[in-house]
Parts: sequence; structure tokens; C-alpha cells
Amino acid sequence: MGRRINQINASILVNAVYAMQGYPAMLISNLLSPLSIIIIVSFVSHGMLTSIAIAGAFMTLFVGGGLSIQADLAHLKNDFKFQDMIVSSPTGALAYLVGMALSELIFILPSLTVLIILAFLFLHASLSAMLVIVVVLALMYTFATVFGFFLSTITTDVLQSWAFSGILSILLTTIPPVYYPITYIPLPYRYVAYISPTTYAAGIVQNALGFLPLPPTTLAAYWVIIIAVALALFAVAIKKNKWRDA
Amino acid sequence: MDGISCSRLSKSYGRSKALDRVSFSIPHNGIFALIGRNGAGKTTLTRILATELMPSSGSATVDGLDVVKDAVELREEIAALPQEARAISWMTPRQTVISYLMYRGLGYGEAKVASDEAISHVGLEGHANVLNSKLSGGQKRKVLLASVLASGARIIFVDEPTTGLDPISRSEIWSILVRLKKERLIFLTTHYLEEAEKLADKIGILDNGKLKAAGSLDEIRKLVKYQYSIRVLQKDRKTGIKEGEEIVGEDGYAQIMTTEKEAYGLSTGFIKDRVKFSINQVSLDDIFYYIVKKPLNAEEEKEEGEW
Ligand SMILES: Nc1ncnc2c1ncn2[C@@H]1O[C@H](COP(=O)(O)OP(=O)(O)OP(=O)(O)O)[C@@H](O)[C@H]1O
Ligand SMILES: [Mg+2]
Repeated sequence: MGRRINQINASILVNAVYAMQGYPAMLISNLLSPLSIIIIVSFVSHGMLTSIAIAGAFMTLFVGGGLSIQADLAHLKNDFKFQDMIVSSPTGALAYLVGMALSELIFILPSLTVLIILAFLFLHASLSAMLVIVVVLALMYTFATVFGFFLSTITTDVLQSWAFSGILSILLTTIPPVYYPITYIPLPYRYVAYISPTTYAAGIVQNALGFLPLPPTTLAAYWVIIIAVALALFAVAIKKNKWRDA
Repeated sequence: MDGISCSRLSKSYGRSKALDRVSFSIPHNGIFALIGRNGAGKTTLTRILATELMPSSGSATVDGLDVVKDAVELREEIAALPQEARAISWMTPRQTVISYLMYRGLGYGEAKVASDEAISHVGLEGHANVLNSKLSGGQKRKVLLASVLASGARIIFVDEPTTGLDPISRSEIWSILVRLKKERLIFLTTHYLEEAEKLADKIGILDNGKLKAAGSLDEIRKLVKYQYSIRVLQKDRKTGIKEGEEIVGEDGYAQIMTTEKEAYGLSTGFIKDRVKFSINQVSLDDIFYYIVKKPLNAEEEKEEGEW
């Protein structure tokens, strides 16, 4: 158990602590991106969507932050052959993944702190709503990191990993209506949003906060969809990852 | 107990065979050097044994553990430095070694002590706290070498550990490896035949995915038909050879590989004719050229290269 923790801490050092010490600019860039969208959305909506945008920023922060594991691990694997060094060590894929997922969490901490302060000021969520939000965010984060890890193991160079990042960020953070309710999207286009699992996660969050009324059956269906998609992709990630090269 | 043992180990990429039914075994301590041309399959074999790559067929055990079935247990005993591994640019040498040792299970405190020791072993104590990105190519290589050498693993795989190091650094690494080999098995690949000759207790020659020879230098010498190597200026020679092989180099010197009897005859002839020449037992260089440049005859080649 103690050894596992040392192995997990190693990833946190490599990918978060030492990275920030080496390149402090990384922190600032991570802080800016979610805040800038909240500001734009509140200006454009004359403040009407500020609270929903804050909820959305939580979603983007966790999904986007989780997905950045893909580019980070691909970089380590392909440019430093780091994965091979770790594969041949006592650290297994799971300990590596958990450590790296925690390291990405450290990167979002500063933004998270700011968002929590904003949430206290602008969002008036009940305890049960907060619980729902925490569960949804945790699920989406786990989903994003596991899938990002899987993709990183099958990349062989940086261009490929950029392509994966581009596709994933559009699919999971741009298309889904996280900063505004889905009803703002004109109907035929709304179906496009439904291909993204984040749409359902955002729907659940907005519902919990009272921004998006949903019949109980629809709400249940949303939960089933995000859990099913997460489980299906976990299965793919576990079966098809190339932790040990084939 | 065997250190490493392979049986008909193969790796195919589509139709091409990177490794073709490789079989050999080596004892559990000492240095094993694998040599072969670019693309011969050295990295492929090393990665399979270090549990980084799956074989296509055949089997291999390291320290008595199967590289496929017992990989999890085996990884406690081995450490590997991949050929193209680079020290991570945003970390310092010290942070690099510490984190690698933590991945091996050590706590931060222990890892720190062991890392300082390893860094001074490779002569980087003056650079322990600068970013890896500010080190020279050879210094970066030493950072990763320090990591695997500090690991305490019983079996260490190092793929071209000294490529890019200056002669003095190289001999420093050699002395570290020699010191370590007493209780450990070091499996290394190299393009420096001198390195293999000086360091290795056993040498393997890989060519086109096939293991053409494996054993101590003396054992490998016996595999080639000719045991002596004579070097003489071609234009001074008055006699040809009855038995053996000769290559005339760009420098005008003929390199003759031949039997003991023929070598004796040639030498006495050269002495009589007052021709300057040198005679040696065949070196690993000679053997390497002999084996790799032209395939051994079918009758000389054992069925699937069992060593
Ligand atoms: N991922 C891969 N896909 C297809 N072929 C590969 C792959 N990796 C290696 N090969 C092929 O396998 C053969 C052996 O490669 P390997 O890297 O083991 O050679 P090597 O002896 O280490 O060469 P070098 O001295 O240049 O490092 C080569 O012909 C190479 O093209
Ligand atoms: Mg190689």
C-alpha cells in the first residue's frame, strides 16, 4: 500500500509539481481559460446566464482538465520514452493512471478555487444539488482521464496526439451546451449536441440547479446514458490500451 | 538458475520478422552484450525481455519468470533504459532519479538519498539541480543511467547506454557496470565492439532477426573457421593464401583471416621476405564482419540458432 502511494506520488511530482516549478507559465494559462468564457457569456447575456455559465465552467474545467492527460502522457511516452521506462518498473498501468489523473487535478486547483468563490457569490445551490454536481463532475473527470490515458498509449507521435486532443475537446467541451441551456440551440442542431456525453452531464447539473426543468424519466435516462458511455469506454480503454506495446 | 533464457522467441511486424526464433540462455550475473547492425533486432529483443513489448511467438524467462505470464512479478526485479529515452526537460537530474525510484516503490526520503549517491557515481553532482534541458546530450544520457543503476534491480537492460558519450565518460560508465555485474545481470546493446569485447562475459550477435552466435569471446571465436588475423600492406606481398579470407581496405592494407597453420606459414614467409606485418587472434571486429557480412553456409548454421 505504501509503495502504491509512492508510485502515485511520483506521477504527481513528475507531471504537476516539477512541471510547475520548471515552467510556472503553465499555471497562469490553466487559470485563464475557464474564467474568460464566464466573462464573455455574462457580458453577452447581460448577466442573465452568469450563474449557469459558472456551473458550465466547472464542467469544462473537469472535462477539459481530465482530457489534458492525453496530450501530457503522449508527450511523455513519445518524446521521452517515459512509458517504456515505467512499464518495465513495478508501477502498473492503474497506479500510473491514478497518479497522473491526480496530477491533472492539481493543475485545475487554482481555477477551481476561483470558481468555488464565484459559486458562493452567484450560485445558490441546495446541498442535494451540490451532491449531484460533485458526482457528475467526478464521473466526467474519471471518464475523461481514463479515455485520455487509453488514447495516449496508442499514439506514436505528437501530431497524432494533437489530433486526438482537437477531436475530443470539440466533442466533449465545445459542442455540448455547458454555458447555456440546451433549449438555446435551435432544434435541428440540438441533435448534434446529443452526440456528446457532456450534454447529458450538463443537463443533469443544470437541472439540479433549477435552470433546466426535466421530467424524471428524462433525467433518469440522462444518468443511464452517462454511466453507460463511461462504462463502455472504460471497457475499451482496459482492453485496447497499449501500456505494454503489442 | 538461468538469468535469461529464450526459446524460439519471435516478433513479426506484418510480414517482416524483427526477431526470428531466437534461443539462448545466459547466467544470472555478469554482462551480456548484444551486437548487430541497425535494424538487426537488438531493441526488439531487449524490449520483449524487459516486458515492454509482447513477443509474437516463442517464450522467454528472466530470473526464472515468464516475460508474458509473470510480467508483474518480474518487473520488481528488472530496470530498463530504452534506447531513445530522454531525461524529461522540465526536471532536474535529481528530480529525475528521485521520481524514478519512487515509481519503483521507494519513499521520497530514501529516494533522495539514493539519488544523490547515483548522481555522483555518474559524475553529475555539479549539475544535480539544473534543468535537464540545460545539460549536454551525454549528460542527459547519464541522468537516466543513474536512474536505472540506482534502482537496485537484479537485472538491468540498457539499450545503447554509451552512445553519444565521450571516451572518458564511456569508460566511467564501464567501470560502474563492471562494479555492478558482480551481483547483477546487465544486458546491454552496443555498436562499440570494443565495449562488448572489454566488458562482456558473453556476447550475442544478432543479424536480421536471427541470433548468429552467443557465448564468451573464446566460444564465439571457435565458431568462425579462422582464428588468426594478419594485417599486411598489399603491395609488399609476394604470396597469396591457400586458405582463409582476405579483404583489402581503402588504406591499401590486406586483412587476412586464416587458420593457425596457414598463419604460421604466411608469417614465416613474410619474415623471410622482410615484409612488415602484424598478427593477432581474431578480434570481435573480425568475427563480426565475418558473421554479419556474409551468411554462414547452410551446413554451418544450426537449425534455428540454439545457443
Ligand atoms: N513498431 C514497429 N513496426 C514495424 N516494424 C518495426 C517496429 N519496430 C521495429 N521494427 C522493425 O524491426 C526491425 C528491428 O528493429 P530494432 O529496433 O530491434 O533494431 P536494432 O537492432 O535495435 O537497430 P538499431 O541499432 O538501429 O537500434 C527493424 O527492421 C525495424 O524496421
Ligand atoms: Mg535499437
